[in-house]
Amino acid sequence: MWRSSASFILDKHQNNKPISLTHSIDSPPPPSASMADENPNPNPISAYYQTRAAHHGIVTSEWLEQAQAAVRRYPDHDYSVSPVSGRPFSVIEEFNNWRQQPDLAEAVAAIRALAAVIRASEATTMMELEIELKKASDTLKSWDTTSISLTAGCDLFMRYVTRTSALEFEDFNSAKSRVLERAEKFGEISCRARRIIAILSQDFIFDGCTILVHGFSRVVFEILKTSAQNKKVFRVLCSEGRPDKTGVLLAKELAKLDIPVKLLIDSAVAYSMDEVDMVFVGADGVVESGGIINMMGTYQIALVAHSMNKPVYVAAESYKFARLYPLDQKDLEPALRPIDFSVPVPPKVEVERSARDYTPPQYLTLLFTDLGVLTPSVVSDELIQLYL
Amino acid sequence: MESRRNPRAVVDPKVRQVGFFTSSQPDSSSSQLQQPDPISASASSPPVSTISPSGNSLSPVMIPPPRHNSSDAFPLRNAVVASAVSPSSFSYSSRRDFPDGSTTASPGRHSRGSFVKSSVPVASSLPGIGMDSMAAAKSSSVPASGLTTVSVVTMPPGLSEKASGMEVESDHKKNSKPLKEKTTKAERRAIQEAQRAAKAAAKVDGGKGPAVTSASVASTSAKAARPAKPTSQKNDVAVAAGAAEKKGGPSEKDRKKDAPHPRMQYDDESRVVKAKRRAVVKQTEAKNRVELFRHLPQYEHGTQLPDLETKFFQLDPMHPAVYKVGLQYLSGDISGGNARCIAMLHAFQEVVKDYSTPPEKNLNRDMTAKISSYVSFLIECRPLSISMGNAIRFVKNRIAKLPITLSESEAKAALQSDIERFINDKIIGADTVIVKHAVSKIRDGDVLLTYGSPTAVEMVLLHAHELRKKFRVLVVDSRPKLEGQLLLRRLIKRGINCTYTHINAISYIMHEVTKVFLGASSVLSNGTVYSRVGTACVAMVASAFRVPVLVCCEAYKFHERVQLDSICSNELGDPNAISKVHGREDINYLDGLTNNANLQFLNLMYDATPSDYISMIITDYGMVPPTSVPVIVREYQKEHLLV
Repeated sequence: MWRSSASFILDKHQNNKPISLTHSIDSPPPPSASMADENPNPNPISAYYQTRAAHHGIVTSEWLEQAQAAVRRYPDHDYSVSPVSGRPFSVIEEFNNWRQQPDLAEAVAAIRALAAVIRASEATTMMELEIELKKASDTLKSWDTTSISLTAGCDLFMRYVTRTSALEFEDFNSAKSRVLERAEKFGEISCRARRIIAILSQDFIFDGCTILVHGFSRVVFEILKTSAQNKKVFRVLCSEGRPDKTGVLLAKELAKLDIPVKLLIDSAVAYSMDEVDMVFVGADGVVESGGIINMMGTYQIALVAHSMNKPVYVAAESYKFARLYPLDQKDLEPALRPIDFSVPVPPKVEVERSARDYTPPQYLTLLFTDLGVLTPSVVSDELIQLYL
Repeated sequence: MESRRNPRAVVDPKVRQVGFFTSSQPDSSSSQLQQPDPISASASSPPVSTISPSGNSLSPVMIPPPRHNSSDAFPLRNAVVASAVSPSSFSYSSRRDFPDGSTTASPGRHSRGSFVKSSVPVASSLPGIGMDSMAAAKSSSVPASGLTTVSVVTMPPGLSEKASGMEVESDHKKNSKPLKEKTTKAERRAIQEAQRAAKAAAKVDGGKGPAVTSASVASTSAKAARPAKPTSQKNDVAVAAGAAEKKGGPSEKDRKKDAPHPRMQYDDESRVVKAKRRAVVKQTEAKNRVELFRHLPQYEHGTQLPDLETKFFQLDPMHPAVYKVGLQYLSGDISGGNARCIAMLHAFQEVVKDYSTPPEKNLNRDMTAKISSYVSFLIECRPLSISMGNAIRFVKNRIAKLPITLSESEAKAALQSDIERFINDKIIGADTVIVKHAVSKIRDGDVLLTYGSPTAVEMVLLHAHELRKKFRVLVVDSRPKLEGQLLLRRLIKRGINCTYTHINAISYIMHEVTKVFLGASSVLSNGTVYSRVGTACVAMVASAFRVPVLVCCEAYKFHERVQLDSICSNELGDPNAISKVHGREDINYLDGLTNNANLQFLNLMYDATPSDYISMIITDYGMVPPTSVPVIVREYQKEHLLV
């Protein structure tokens, strides 16, 4: 399924790379009315990781060039008002518009896009509206089946919005406005999630501690930034995060904030684990068992940390909670990505291109979410309450 | 009520001696232990004297009395000894909180509510009726149950229990055959003391007359008067019984509501006797039971069936559908949690269909009582599974919630459709959902291991095969039931590639397995999976090999209880099943040894798998980790009851 799904490339951001690098994280960028780019590129590459790569301004492989060649442009489209009448509303477009903001998570973009669907809807009954919404969320989900947070965000939005007393209203318009209100609220909650998590996690970072970070997670960055602003004295070890070198990027951002940073190659994690006080990782998705799906390498870091009795903290927004239950590493939808080995790969050699792994809950200490600081086993409780 | 249970008499010191044990001679120790009794028994009639001086002379550490070998013959004996030890620590006033003796007498009293309609006080003065004849009389259409009632009431906790127990014991001695133990001097003295006290109390009581119904007085008089039963003081007995009845009424109802089936502890001999008296199924208890499992019922198999069959037309109160199901449980024709539960519910549907409210009775109450009596019959046939317990709770809840305004036919129709809905939604519907979830976890090239013959797993495998998934199945089986062979047969018929092995080879075979699918009899709220014996072994080996273990279990089987081991609640199977190998005449090493006192057979039916060994539980609410079971129990317990 994932083979046919990646039909989109965000090449705009490659052009904006320096800009997004500099201001993307520190300050929320002004809502840019940038282009929505559509590229029917049947690349067997996880769109989720493409987006991330684009957001982080690191693009390594040849598919982007191909993509740029095939770029088609749509007229400018403002996301904050209802769509121009006369032109069919496309949830994907809306979504892509939101997604332009590098600080905005994919799931939040999807949530915003779905809210826009409600706003633009011309349905006259609740049932119609619900069906329309369902269709839109299905389109979004099928747009990138490898993205867990996208799917989870859509599902949660549907639950949150449709499970309301809106049906009790006699008048459709008031019901619709109620639904819309809920949708907006959900969007707001999702947007604020990162901030809440950063505040929650402050109790866990103490002066003089050493934190190991894997990959570039915007939540983790927010946590570290908040700690630095709170005048905490700590040190960060960044693993390199091959192949897209997200660790290098994070190190760069942290250095800008005058946080002492040390960069490690991924294979040096065990070597430096003894000086680490805690491990912070983000998550692509939090699954029902309480484990996380995250960038490749998280699992082995968690294993090393566990064997050395170091706490592993996961920072993840609650819209990443997915109704998935992988039993092992291969029990996931594969998300592939290109890997640049800098030396030519010899012929007849296979390359493991999976972009993420699954860390079982027994290796995680706590999850920082906007619902609170949870143990892994609570995730399932929350999920059951959300979905059933 | 559990708090006041008799301290467990240690039954078999030759097997295990843990804790404080005085290995002194039975005689001396027992007499020593009972020394304080006469005094305190006499002190029991004036309720003011709270502290018996001799009570202090007992050591604060309770030393369980050594067991007399004869005590199997006199089940009450142990209770007597035990109660003789315990009261020293209780003040009299605390005992007065349980004036009706409900604390010890629960099963018997239960029976009074359900079985016994007319209590015949005359029968109480007939000491000659022994247990066996009792049971027989019980099952006949006119229950001569007065003695049950009275003797139940004669078991108040505390000191006078000793005396009364003594009386009952001596009653039994008269017609029970092997009288091994002579009453010691102390015991005889105790009897005399008690009788004296009883007489004194009776005089006081007689003065007051039956009109006095003040609770404390009545209870004290009851306590005192009861031992005097053989001296034919019918008045007092009647009064006492009445008082107890009055007080027992509401609490009994409450108890029924709270815990529909308190687990019977079969090493609590006084209760076993009571349970036996009202039993319809006459079970002969197996002689040599393993020490740790004495609290579980174990019966000689194969003896009851013809007996029950002959009784078919005499069993007045039993509905034929229930009777049939009970027989099927007994003979093992119906096994497996779902099948048993469905059969029971269908029988209840029949019951509801044929039900008509007796005159001057309330449908809700009368039907609940009826169902309770059927359930206790079913328990006698085979202990309930937890799933059945939940289903019964559902049925009773529905009956209780029936609006009073409904006419009888409407109420019956509503009940029948409720039961039907439970079967469809909670059992059959749940299974299809489970199958849907579980199939998503089966990938091409998998080797799936299953143990025994779980129905849910079988459905999963068949469905995955229909979806043309390519997988292989390893059926692991174990003696003595060999249920796996049935499963194997059905799988092979569908053309699934199977391997069959016994559990002995599990560690060898496990390395090629990619997933383990197990069924469960129940999932408890700490995530423990309660299932066919051997499941824990399979799960442990699998988790040692890092093979994921998936448990398929319908949510109606979840239970809020917590269990840490497989000892405290389990079921014992037929010991002969493991002592003999069917069809192998040459394996006869144990012939003639089955009744050897040094040999105990343990044929456990279930075991508890700790949640650490389980990767996932697949229920009708989706795939959840074992840590989430309490959430489901909490969130959906209400829904279970409402459906």
